[in-house]
Amino acid sequence: MADAIKKIATRESYGNALKELAEEFPQLVVLDADLAAATKTGIFKKAYPDRHIDCGIAECNMVGIAAGLATVGKIPFVSSFAMFAAGRAYEQVRNSVGYPHLNVKIGATHAGITVGEDGATHQCNEDLALMRTIPGMVVMCPSDDVEAKAAVRAALTYDGPVYIRFGRAAVPVINDRPDYHFEIGKGSVVKEGTDVTIVATGICVDSALGAAQKLAAEGISAEVINICTIKPLDEEIIINSAKKTGKVVTVEEHSVIGGLGSAVCDCLSAKLPTPVKKIGMQDVFGESGSAAALVAKYGLDAEGVYKSVKEFL
Amino acid sequence: MDNLELKKRANDVRKGIVTAVHSAKAGHPGGSLSAADMFTFLYFEEMNIDPADPQKEDRDRFVLSKGHTAPGLYSALANRGYFPVEDLVTLRKLGSYLQGHPCVHIPGVDMSSGSLGQGISAAVGMALGGKMDNRSFRVYTMLGDGELEEGQVWEAAMFAGHRKLDNLCVIVDNNNLQIDGPIDQVCSPYPIDKKFEAFNFHVIRIDAHDFDQIRAAFQEARETKGMPTCIVMHSLKGKGVSFMENNVDWHGKAPNDEEYAVAMADLDRIAEELEKEGQA
Repeated sequence: MADAIKKIATRESYGNALKELAEEFPQLVVLDADLAAATKTGIFKKAYPDRHIDCGIAECNMVGIAAGLATVGKIPFVSSFAMFAAGRAYEQVRNSVGYPHLNVKIGATHAGITVGEDGATHQCNEDLALMRTIPGMVVMCPSDDVEAKAAVRAALTYDGPVYIRFGRAAVPVINDRPDYHFEIGKGSVVKEGTDVTIVATGICVDSALGAAQKLAAEGISAEVINICTIKPLDEEIIINSAKKTGKVVTVEEHSVIGGLGSAVCDCLSAKLPTPVKKIGMQDVFGESGSAAALVAKYGLDAEGVYKSVKEFL
Repeated sequence: MDNLELKKRANDVRKGIVTAVHSAKAGHPGGSLSAADMFTFLYFEEMNIDPADPQKEDRDRFVLSKGHTAPGLYSALANRGYFPVEDLVTLRKLGSYLQGHPCVHIPGVDMSSGSLGQGISAAVGMALGGKMDNRSFRVYTMLGDGELEEGQVWEAAMFAGHRKLDNLCVIVDNNNLQIDGPIDQVCSPYPIDKKFEAFNFHVIRIDAHDFDQIRAAFQEARETKGMPTCIVMHSLKGKGVSFMENNVDWHGKAPNDEEYAVAMADLDRIAEELEKEGQA
């Protein structure tokens, strides 16, 4: 049965979306730093070679070039691994894109530990935290193929800087339903429940749903909320759920410092003080291993989330 | 505009710099004064711009990569009519639009800048965007010589050379002084010309205070096809104010009231000489 579930990496969705949206958005140009094959902007490059700009291995300059392109009317999508786009080029993103509030989109792939075998140097667990701190920056972390493509389209129609995080590993498609609707800043309740709220982002939404299933088998009713837009956060959906359940767990493939968990705590501590447990990378670096093995080791799979929620209740 | 007229304007720009920095009690007069003639030539002669329409679509662009010399840029913009010269005294004050470093909200400023090394990348992006759509505007950016120590400058230069961006003109203000001392003692970027040549730029060396040379250099830059141009201008830090000239102490310090009076007297004297030159 599990084999029947369609899986696709969100970086693949990203490359496909860029290509699919190219005609509709003639000002769209794509920049990469010698990683087009990995970030999947190569899909766009093959179809629109004149609109794909390879900047070489120089991410800081690439972000600056994107800023300049935005000032003359282009809509640049800058691509690299999250470690380099948000990490190495942080200050360029802050000062050359964020401060002048330019219409630059950052498509950062290979985020989190599911980078896998490359190990800690390339596993960025800090990008959401870094990007959240930049005034005016929209920060998104799609959970699957459907949401990743919707996020790319939403970013193109939005005027201002946007950071979108994509993953390397193939993940199940969980949003493929007729009533699916995407809006920047809006979360969605993907499973209703009454005993505990699990707020998840990115690939952890699927883990949260798996955990909720295991909890249901024991008579525990978990509500699962998918937060794609970490900033601006859909505070209403979180507060409403916390009012109902009184207990909140956050799950992210990211450090527990500064990401979704912190954003949720910022909101609840001010508006509805509620006990929160943050599941994520517990202030440690990752390591080499397969994506599946790492997700299991760091407690981010369904089993890990299930155990953490049980401990919390 | 003839050279005498340009010299008069440049002297006004210098007065604006000194007045703004004095009023702010902070800022960077040295590198603003060394580049004052270049700011003047760019905004009064070289660039296709319209102060009445700062966002004009096909205007030439300028990015002040050495953004700390904002007083020089602001004074040139004010004297060119982008905003009132009287506003220069609000520099760096709370509530003023004249921020410590250039910011896109200021009329005439094409890019926020000031974190060294970043402005040139944005200028390269503008030039690339112009090329992609066959647009006619040219892009100018000014760097400090100390700024060349930033690695990002060379990432940008490599890209501009590789892409043959002949609509891009990089200006290096070579006054030889950075905060910690002479650039060749701190961490020498010399030879500046050979470095840019190695990055596939056409390089022109000029005296930063000679309008004939500035004019000829831009002419040569416009006529240079298939590669970007770098104008390395040898300048005098603090130029025009006797006690600031070639003195690194005036990199980032404001004159007190007495010093301000001396500075303005220096510039008034230059203005008088220029008037006499005009009558002769």
